[in-house]
Amino acid sequence: MTMTQTNQTLPDAEALFADLKAQMAPAIAFNAKLVGVYSGGAWLADRLAAELDGEHEVGYIDVSFYRDDLSTSGLKSNVRSTQISFSVEGAHIVIVDDVLFTGRSIRAAINTLFDYGRPASIQLAVLVDRGGRELPIAADYVGAPLIVSRDLMLALSKSDDGKFALTTEPWKAH
Amino acid sequence: MLSKKNLQLNDNGDLHHLLAIEGLPKRIIERILDTAESFVGINEREVKVVPLLRGKSIFNIFFENSTRTRTTFEIAAKRLSADVVSLDVARSSTNKGETILDTIANLTAMHADMFVVRHSESGAPYLIAQHAAPHVHVVNAGDGRHEHPTQGLLDMFTIRKYKKDFTRLTVAIVGDILHSRVARSQIHALTTLGVPEVRVIGPRTLLPADIERLGVRVFTSLEEGLKGVDVVTMLRLQNERMNGALLPSASEYFSRYGLTPQKLALAKPDAIVLHPGPMNRGVEIDSAVADGKQSVILPQVTYGIAVRMAVMAILAGSAR
Repeated sequence: MTMTQTNQTLPDAEALFADLKAQMAPAIAFNAKLVGVYSGGAWLADRLAAELDGEHEVGYIDVSFYRDDLSTSGLKSNVRSTQISFSVEGAHIVIVDDVLFTGRSIRAAINTLFDYGRPASIQLAVLVDRGGRELPIAADYVGAPLIVSRDLMLALSKSDDGKFALTTEPWKAH
Repeated sequence: MLSKKNLQLNDNGDLHHLLAIEGLPKRIIERILDTAESFVGINEREVKVVPLLRGKSIFNIFFENSTRTRTTFEIAAKRLSADVVSLDVARSSTNKGETILDTIANLTAMHADMFVVRHSESGAPYLIAQHAAPHVHVVNAGDGRHEHPTQGLLDMFTIRKYKKDFTRLTVAIVGDILHSRVARSQIHALTTLGVPEVRVIGPRTLLPADIERLGVRVFTSLEEGLKGVDVVTMLRLQNERMNGALLPSASEYFSRYGLTPQKLALAKPDAIVLHPGPMNRGVEIDSAVADGKQSVILPQVTYGIAVRMAVMAILAGSAR
């Protein structure tokens, strides 16, 4: 499924999730660890671990301490604790995030993982790839590519009943 | 003179210098505590370093000696990947007649990004903050009898870890309140976070005359003051106080104000005991209490690293 749309009509996040899961199911190791990047990626990792076959332990990363824009953007006000309760050493890891954009968060997530050990492999699964890369980073599993104006922030939200939706809003000025 | 309260915050209301707990909004104290929570995990990893402050230069300038506080700031800075230089100014150029501001100007010319300052004069970090270049941040690591804000914050972090909800607590601070910057920072932090009852306990000679103004209850009897408290902070009795007319002797002080297991039993059964260190065993605290299961004195030291990392990370991310 290829969805290339403007920000006026955002695709159904649940359909993208089903697509992403279908791509990952035959491809990832049965014991691959799923590491979600807060906050959207963490929700996705939880759902994927529950719904995919195999034994997938879940970890969570907050990349705030590894970002490269502290001087310009400051420290995020709600930093959460990175939780990696399994051994990273020798593990097959899939980083899960909601939106792939510049690639800087993923660079930071990879650096974070390496401070816990040396994984056997790292792959990347994202719900949406909105282009705009500033680093040589590509996803292994993509729900859908999507064109969104650079002026808008695209993020995943989760309703009380656990359903996913994509939303856009202007970037928050610090 | 610039307002002390505004000096700490930038135009967006973010923390730019940490000079005192007094005047800090609750949201900023809570943000520091929440951020510190994330750093606790970093300190428990095998690789205890994050690259957040890479390329930043932090100068610890201690005009008054304190090995422990200086060391914890050094560790915190290094775990953030900052370049850290500690100057023992008590033994260097200020003794040759250089003024504080000249020392700071010279270090700023070496491209310092942050100063961690301890001084025996109350207000010295304010003087530095007032004259600092806009990109430079100042952290007060203890100034005279005034404040020791990072100690106050790590005390709050420790209390929150064990007691969760500040709005149900009775907290007692025991000892030399008069000379204690730790007590002052703690009182401001506790009241800002909504602690309904803060008590200070000590001999009249070591209590400031107008201490009630800070919203605390005053006790001169340790036994009376400890009844039903959730948290006890024991302050260090500085030996030099014995020389003046303030106190008769260390042994008499211990018999009236030293925390023993018998006296601690007057507090709530799950009360915790804090001490900012270094302890005088047998003067303000009995070894059985210091090493007992209600003591959280060593966790305070551990959390102190995470809290100082949080302060430095938040400051470094603030622009003016």
